[in-house]
Amino acid sequence: MDIFIQQIINGLVLGSIYALVALGYTMVYGIMGLINFAHGEVVMIGAMVALFVIKALPGLPAIVLVPLALVCAAIVCMTIGFAIERIAYRPLRRAPKLAPLITAIGVSIILQNLAMLIWGRNYHAFPPILPSGEHDVFGATITSLQIVIIVVAGLMMGGLTLLIRRTRLGRAMRATSENPPIAQLMGVNINQIISATFVIGSALAAVAGLMVSANYSIAHYYMGFMLGLKAFTAAVLGGIGNLAGAMLGGLLLGVIESLGAGYIGDLTGGFLGSHYQDIFAFFVLIGVLIFRPSGLIGERVAERA
Amino acid sequence: MQDSRISTLTLAVFAALAVVGCSQKEEPKPQAAAPAAPAAAPAAPAAPAPAPEVVVKLGHVAPLTGPQAHLGKDNENAARMAVEELNAKGLEIGGAKVKLELVPEDDQADPKQGTIVAQKLVDAKVNGVVGHLNSGTTIPASKIYSDAGIPQISGSATNPKYTQQGFATTFRVMANDVQQGKVLGEYAARQLAGKNVAIIDDRTAYGQGLADEFEKGATAVGAKIATREFTTDKATDFAAILTKIKSKKVDVIFYGGMDAQGGPMTKQMKSLGIKAKFLTGDGGCTPEYIKLAGDASEGQYCSLPGVPLDQMPGGKAFNDAFSAKYGQIQLYAPYVYDAVMVMVDSMKRANSVEPAKYLPEIGKTDYQGVTAKIQFDEKGDLKGGAISLYQVKDGKWEYRETIGGAPAAPADAPKAEGEQKK
Repeated sequence: MDIFIQQIINGLVLGSIYALVALGYTMVYGIMGLINFAHGEVVMIGAMVALFVIKALPGLPAIVLVPLALVCAAIVCMTIGFAIERIAYRPLRRAPKLAPLITAIGVSIILQNLAMLIWGRNYHAFPPILPSGEHDVFGATITSLQIVIIVVAGLMMGGLTLLIRRTRLGRAMRATSENPPIAQLMGVNINQIISATFVIGSALAAVAGLMVSANYSIAHYYMGFMLGLKAFTAAVLGGIGNLAGAMLGGLLLGVIESLGAGYIGDLTGGFLGSHYQDIFAFFVLIGVLIFRPSGLIGERVAERA
Repeated sequence: MQDSRISTLTLAVFAALAVVGCSQKEEPKPQAAAPAAPAAAPAAPAAPAPAPEVVVKLGHVAPLTGPQAHLGKDNENAARMAVEELNAKGLEIGGAKVKLELVPEDDQADPKQGTIVAQKLVDAKVNGVVGHLNSGTTIPASKIYSDAGIPQISGSATNPKYTQQGFATTFRVMANDVQQGKVLGEYAARQLAGKNVAIIDDRTAYGQGLADEFEKGATAVGAKIATREFTTDKATDFAAILTKIKSKKVDVIFYGGMDAQGGPMTKQMKSLGIKAKFLTGDGGCTPEYIKLAGDASEGQYCSLPGVPLDQMPGGKAFNDAFSAKYGQIQLYAPYVYDAVMVMVDSMKRANSVEPAKYLPEIGKTDYQGVTAKIQFDEKGDLKGGAISLYQVKDGKWEYRETIGGAPAAPADAPKAEGEQKK
């Protein structure tokens, strides 16, 4: 039984990480109807910047260092997010949907190679400055950091929902999402709103990057690719464009993967092994697209007409 | 309406992702080709020099992008260093002045890409190939080189199949996994007192092959394999499989795969409260592993074919020269350096740079390299390859013992057991 609980906890932690990244995808999709495939790379850059700030200032206490690293990473990511939108998406706003998708992938490759040139091909070990004490939950273990990740993912989802539902900016975002020309006629500067969406999404990516690399204590220029793909799957599973959906999708995907990898060998008598872990994510994606294309939580907060 | 649009879009995304796969693979080529071009350019104006100069192209293949890029670049640097040294010394083969030119390629540790770049090297008419890094790419590529009659020496592909295909062109300067797996298996069962052992591998030709040999070696001396789990060479989260292993209460966990997974895996073992000892093969035997595993690496084990660098005949000199130029050695650099040297040495003895002419000479190699005295058996495997075991102590790999590797002893597996030095 404790093994089962441990697998659920593993899944929740993994799922929260997916959810953190998925929030960025879903937010941009919700407002613009565009899948920002460079988001995974922005997460990677957030992780790299945070890592190097922490390494550059070894003397400071964690309580100062972590927020500082986070702020630096967020500033860099926000700048990159702003630039991506400006360079790769804005000129294509009236182009067919496939065009920005291709530039997104182009941007993602550029960012990946840029990171490789700046930070090299080596794996970077994330310094153990975040709390990693182990706690016992019904015979299973969870580290403090993992609890922090779950909490942060929840808080970020809540904060974003408030932002979109309750603030002036949020209202402008919803208006932009519903009908950009009309929103513009009503005095909303849609260029500004879309830029703001990307900037906020990229700040989330910085947080996600820090959390992911602290949890696995690893940062590498290649880390954004698979993470981005899984997070995207999570966003679609929950209902892309819906913030709660991204959270739900992430957690569910994490648990499915974890239980799948843990039990598939026993269930199939060794015919299928645990290396099929990644397959579950994509099976789930195909299943959802066939049977419930709008995702588990079908209605989106911000729908594009 | 709305729904179908989303699914169409998502399908488009996946179609586009398939494109990413391709575009990423194509992308490094111009980069890889770029350094070769300036190298070739000065060769042309240099031609009017008194002695006619022959440019000999040596292909080198390793993953230069993707998760194993750090190891691939390490290999390439070693090959480059060997080529530069040989050029600086001045080479004369068959009466003509020879200038070596390295043609570096990136296979991304991907078997498909491995065959594509192999064909590219064949088309570029290279005189020989050093590499690839991974067994998974080396084996499919070796068929292409063999068909073209181009000799291939790998410094790091350890899967036994590589040299067992009956090709005359395949050589390696490192002991193969039959030997390494057996030594590891016996070490786990005896020295580490592993009665109940779990095996994880990354499902690559290397990881799976080594894990299979480990299993044979360990069960032969009475260890029980509690479970076999699998991951991939791109994974970072191992919590699910480690949790399953935890439930089996094992003494030793063996991982067949690379450092990029082995390190985080060890760390996650610790946070899950698994007390078993961790043992891995050459792919995990790097400083990177310790960096990534952090404190959790303390007391864990790895093995590496060959003897430790400071016991290698030219180890210290090589280490100094290499680190001054490219920084810390990752893993296979000395072996790749030797592979280039052996290839050029054979050209010298054959007095020809023609693949067909110098290929027979490779088999007759008797070369004192940095890593060992290099001689090949009839399959192209290194004769008398030793296996050394290391343990992490105070954040560093510390040498434990070397098993096998009596000079010029046949490289067959049975010989590896028993005779333990030190």
